[in-house]
Amino acid sequence: MSPTAEKVTRGDQAHFRLYRLPSPFQPRLEALGRTEDWYNWAGYKAPNTLWDEELEYFAIRSQAAAFDISPMTKYRIEGRDAEALMNKVTLRDVSKLKPGRVQYTAWCDDEGHVLDDGTLFRLSADRFRLCSQERHLPWLLDSAAGMDVTVEEETEAVAGLALQGPTSYAVLASAGFAGVERLKIFDLAEFPFGDGTVTISRTGFTGDLGYELFAPAGQALALWDLLFQAGRLHGLRAIGYRALNRARTEAGLIVANADFITSEHAVRADRLRQPDEIGLGFMVDLDKGHFNGRRAIAEARRKGSLKHVLVGLEIEGNIPAEHAIVYHNRKKEVGLVSAAIWSPMAKRNIAIADLARPYGEKIVDDLWVEIYALRELQYQKLMKRAKIVPRPFIKLDRRTANPPGEF
Amino acid sequence: MKTWDAIVIGAGHNGLVNACYLQRAGLDVLVVEKNDWIGGAATSRSLTPSFVYSNCSYVCSLFRPEIMRDLELPRFGLQVIGYEGGAVFTRDGDYLANYRDHDAHRREFARFSKRDAEAYDRYARDVTRQCRFIQPLLMRTAPDPTSFRPKDLGELLFLGKKFGGLTPEEMALTVRFWTMSIADFLDEYFETDVIKANFALSGIIGTALGPMSPGTAYVLLHHYMGEVDGSVGAWGYARGGMGSVTKALADSFRASGGTIRTEAEVERVLVSGGKAKGVVLAGGEEVRGKMVVSNADVKRTFLKLVEEKELPDIFVRRVRNFKIRGSSGKVNIALDSAPVFPALPDDSPVYRGDMHFTDSVERMERAYDDWKAGRWSADPFLDMVIPTMLDPTMAAPGKHFMSCFVQYAPPKVGGRDWTDADRDGFAESVISQIAEYSPGFREKIVHMEVRTPREIEAEVGLTEGNIFQGELTFDQLLFNRPVPGYAQYRSPIGGLYMCGSSTHPGGGVMGAPGRNAAAEILGDLSRGTKHMSAAHDVI
Amino acid sequence: MTSSDAPKWDVVVIGGGHNGLVAAAMLGKARRKVLLVEAADALGGAARTEEFHPGFRASSVAHLVNRLHPDVVKSLNLAAHGLKFETDEVLPSVALSKDGNPLLFGGAYGETLTGASDAEAAAWKTLRAQLFRYAGILKPFLARRPPDLRGMAFGEKSALGLAALSVRRLGKEDMRDFLRMLLMNVADVLDEHLEDERLRGLLAFDTVLGCHLGPRSPTSLLGLYYRLVGEIDGVAGAQAITKGGMGAVVAALATAAEKVGVTTRKATTVKRILVESGRAVGVELDTGETVHAKTIVSAINPRTTLIDLVGARELDTGIVRKAQHIRMHGDAAKLHLALDGMPAFKGLTADQHRARLVIAPSVDHVEKSFNPSKYGEFSPEPVMEITIPSLVDRYLAPSGAAVLSAVVQFAPYRLKEGWETGKPKLLAAIMATLEDHAPGIGGLVRHAELLTPADIEARYHMPGGHWHHGELQIDQMLVSRPFFGAEGYDTPVEGLFLAGAGSHPGGGISGAPGLNAARRVIEMRG
Repeated sequence: MSPTAEKVTRGDQAHFRLYRLPSPFQPRLEALGRTEDWYNWAGYKAPNTLWDEELEYFAIRSQAAAFDISPMTKYRIEGRDAEALMNKVTLRDVSKLKPGRVQYTAWCDDEGHVLDDGTLFRLSADRFRLCSQERHLPWLLDSAAGMDVTVEEETEAVAGLALQGPTSYAVLASAGFAGVERLKIFDLAEFPFGDGTVTISRTGFTGDLGYELFAPAGQALALWDLLFQAGRLHGLRAIGYRALNRARTEAGLIVANADFITSEHAVRADRLRQPDEIGLGFMVDLDKGHFNGRRAIAEARRKGSLKHVLVGLEIEGNIPAEHAIVYHNRKKEVGLVSAAIWSPMAKRNIAIADLARPYGEKIVDDLWVEIYALRELQYQKLMKRAKIVPRPFIKLDRRTANPPGEF
Repeated sequence: MKTWDAIVIGAGHNGLVNACYLQRAGLDVLVVEKNDWIGGAATSRSLTPSFVYSNCSYVCSLFRPEIMRDLELPRFGLQVIGYEGGAVFTRDGDYLANYRDHDAHRREFARFSKRDAEAYDRYARDVTRQCRFIQPLLMRTAPDPTSFRPKDLGELLFLGKKFGGLTPEEMALTVRFWTMSIADFLDEYFETDVIKANFALSGIIGTALGPMSPGTAYVLLHHYMGEVDGSVGAWGYARGGMGSVTKALADSFRASGGTIRTEAEVERVLVSGGKAKGVVLAGGEEVRGKMVVSNADVKRTFLKLVEEKELPDIFVRRVRNFKIRGSSGKVNIALDSAPVFPALPDDSPVYRGDMHFTDSVERMERAYDDWKAGRWSADPFLDMVIPTMLDPTMAAPGKHFMSCFVQYAPPKVGGRDWTDADRDGFAESVISQIAEYSPGFREKIVHMEVRTPREIEAEVGLTEGNIFQGELTFDQLLFNRPVPGYAQYRSPIGGLYMCGSSTHPGGGVMGAPGRNAAAEILGDLSRGTKHMSAAHDVI
Repeated sequence: MTSSDAPKWDVVVIGGGHNGLVAAAMLGKARRKVLLVEAADALGGAARTEEFHPGFRASSVAHLVNRLHPDVVKSLNLAAHGLKFETDEVLPSVALSKDGNPLLFGGAYGETLTGASDAEAAAWKTLRAQLFRYAGILKPFLARRPPDLRGMAFGEKSALGLAALSVRRLGKEDMRDFLRMLLMNVADVLDEHLEDERLRGLLAFDTVLGCHLGPRSPTSLLGLYYRLVGEIDGVAGAQAITKGGMGAVVAALATAAEKVGVTTRKATTVKRILVESGRAVGVELDTGETVHAKTIVSAINPRTTLIDLVGARELDTGIVRKAQHIRMHGDAAKLHLALDGMPAFKGLTADQHRARLVIAPSVDHVEKSFNPSKYGEFSPEPVMEITIPSLVDRYLAPSGAAVLSAVVQFAPYRLKEGWETGKPKLLAAIMATLEDHAPGIGGLVRHAELLTPADIEARYHMPGGHWHHGELQIDQMLVSRPFFGAEGYDTPVEGLFLAGAGSHPGGGISGAPGLNAARRVIEMRG
């Protein structure tokens, strides 16, 4: 059942010399990477910033930004029971996911604790791609017991590039991807490219107009070059994670192991979270038939035993409250901010926080955050009023406009 | 005649830890050691010119950092060098390496199985959870579950609360984990034999059990609880060999005013009126002390050093029934030049860590079958390290010291004592295994020290040559260690204490028994223990 | 899949083995309308008496009664339904010896010891008393649900319970020995107390019988406790062969079930357990019929129940993993010999042949026969337990002939070379061992039937051919039996209960799992 890789022979072993894999786009990233500010993303050398964090962010919001998502873990799920497997594993009803569509989804263990969130691409009736932060091969294989389906990990084989921002459609159109304008939000389609195809979906992690492109790793550089040539007059810029992180925070999107701990990695049992505790309750479809965690999620809802809630906060002032403790009535500790920025788009001081119920659920007033702002070797302690506000913090019509705008 | 406040029998690491703490509490302490060198099983000796061996124990990780700090061991010269890698060689000429980097580690495992590579995190999470449960128990005295004394009830409740603090799923895993075989436990995570063997070895080292024996999952934990500078589960060498640990302890002890007498073998403990009064040395010299603390194992202490009439029958029976069981031997090898393992890339960090040749659980278990039959293993399990790859102080330039821990070696061969011929046969089983993977190995050997359980018992005094001073099976852990009713470092004889690895929490160069015993002794004396750090928090 | 007709049944019980019958009868007694479905054309599962050769019958898998739970006997009034143990059915044991010097182990598990030295007899008497005392502490657990880990303050309660127990039940020193011995291996216990290798071999064998453990495996002693908590008519440690074989026990249970209105359908296989929104609502039969019921009780193998009948798709992946990780590879074979006449075992009188005869000459011998089974091999010198049931019940064999029934350890389910070629080799090894102890027995054999674990699996629907439907080792006991999440008879599928030997406390014709499961169903108003 398990796909055992052709064993890498001794001579090819580079991993103990080179701990961080280069992405298929690495030569281009290195060429553009002025800041030499890299981090470890799932074993890949990935940029925090490439040339200017601030301007990289504004590329997302005002031009077009290319963000390398190749390090995302990718699984190919194929076979007669591929839909059944995805329906068993994930929270949403996959029978409603038509070929050519994408779902933002999540999946849970038996206790209903979130193993990860990710995107599920239905490439055809019996072919899916699941993209995730963590690795799940044993879980997927074991979930497939008794099913006619194969699961293959294809992270290294597939290059992924997110193209986000108001001119992203224009870039694709200029690059010659005819028909891309027909993609509505969460649509995907294959487009001819080189000898093969590139899969383009109208998805992204920025809350903006944007696309994600997947191609065989060998095609990565050609794809990059095509896009950057086409994108010259549309302001296309390569960006690193910091800029993306700002955009995703504005969009109110959460990141595994930043805003919640995935259940296979949580050593401390009280860090485990159900979907309802991290704002993913909307995905749960209790009527679709059995899926992993269904019983536990339903029971927690019935018994009202959920302990946490994830909320969006708007905080007075303009000092970002990253990792600040949230208080009720300035005294009682009720939660923690997991992501926070001053939003250049919303012009508000925003945050995503995990609160202990009933705070954030029944008790929503009189919330405060204590910000330790380190300024020249001194903490400036600020107690600021926080207000629960809906996520996303910004809503851009261009994200979903049809046809997409040619900015 | 001088009467010491305390006499500690044996200058092993636990004896020295205990002595240090007592001395630092203001007592006047004498350590008596039978050998003309100190350290017990944590010693470095030069038996051939230009080589120093870690003769018995060879790695340092379990040693509690709280103790290192209290006794200022870094100040007294202790340096620990971490392993940089490790591997199991496979019979097809390949190897499975362990790298410290998480992603390199995953990609290495993926060479054998993508599934296993991705199963590792969940395995690590579950084992870490178990470690977190156990670790706080190491530096505490085990409660007597049959006692209603407030202290015992308190400790019992502490255990109960720790357990009750787990989620039901964790509790269920915990009760299974403590009694499972490491082989069965690994089967629930991994599919590849060499990967299972790679983890299973921690479940057997030092015990007379095979990887398929129930209870070996716990033994794995015992080996995982160590830390090198805060990196939990990591292993390292002591620079200069394991003798550096006891040398630093001895220096620390002397610096605080303690006295060590070597070549002073204790013949028996002086007992009068049910109280220990001192010791009688070989040759008849009496040394008086207000109390005696024995670092020797429980059998040696009570069956050899104390007269049976001084002890209650039930205690003697239980001491006799304590299972010590030698199961391992040691081959220390001086090499003319660095050994080469063609399977490894030249620049592999594996050379700077622990190496093994047993690439399946079945081979490991078959090696154990030989032990059960009273033979040394024909195809032994080796835990092999070459400290000189990182520590130039142990051999002349270009030359290397290789340490091979060998399992299994029975305390008796076919029911009789070991002979020199047996010892040579045992050594040959080790050499021939290594030579299979390292061409030209034999020719590089310039000297060897071969220690079967016979040599370990004779030189170090460990009964049956068991490195843990007693098996780590459930019937000999916590309140059962070493014997029920006397699991709190005291004995039926007033003023006679135990501080060796026979006591909770057991062996490995950890120091916890010596420290915990000191805490009990100082409590009995109503002395302060402010100089003893509390166990580090596990948060 | 919903059915409009109101269900005719309150409960469907799957599997007409002894546990299924007990559960069905208990639920019938509690006024449930119960349908019992059995795949074979006879009830009894592995507790049947079958003809293995024309004119020769034997108890198919289990051949001795020693732990039928008293609550089962009492609640179902089995005595009134024909189950009685005559004194001539209660058997002593004999540790056979090749050189004609057997040891007689009489009464209820060695009340008397004949053939050993006085010192040994005295040592055994002390140890026996101690073992029974400690088994007595464990006994109440048999007829209870495993402790509830989800309950409040479980850890603290059990910690204090330990201390309290020592005062109430045993006394301090005894309690200390109890705690020390609880998870010990039997070989160490024997080393501490006994010297006679025949006695030690017998005890070692009894301890590991039916388990994949050697006497030196830590925790093995629990196997002996499990034997000692059994009783017959209130006599702890007794064992018996019933007239009519194990089938007589089944017959009494079947009568009890019938009396309380249980309907039985034989020769009918349950193909599927129907689940709707996480709740079991009925079963689908091989006839294509669906039978709806509020409660489904499965007295067959837990893995079969969950993976094959419910289906992995209806279960959380963690549960599927746990079900698949239940260790249930049988390690014992069953031998039936149709003999033309009575064999003569060395050193035994004619009458002593009625006893349970054990070939396990020493602890080391048992350990050595265990070793190969770890690697999918069997020992050339197997250890075994032999009965000649035709001496108790002459109707099992034609006049003048005899039936020999033996349980042979260790015979691994997954034999490396495969059972097709391995089986004749194992039979030859067994016959050679028997010949050593009963010269001439080979010449008497009219027919030999050897059931390997693979055969037992195929014939009795016991995956892995394991009697207990899962290794009976400490990590698969109590809250871990069959696995945590299904340990209290109810399962992750609402309305579906487990009642077979795969559940606490395990197998061995006790009826306790069936009894406890029925109690749980009633408690949960199923």
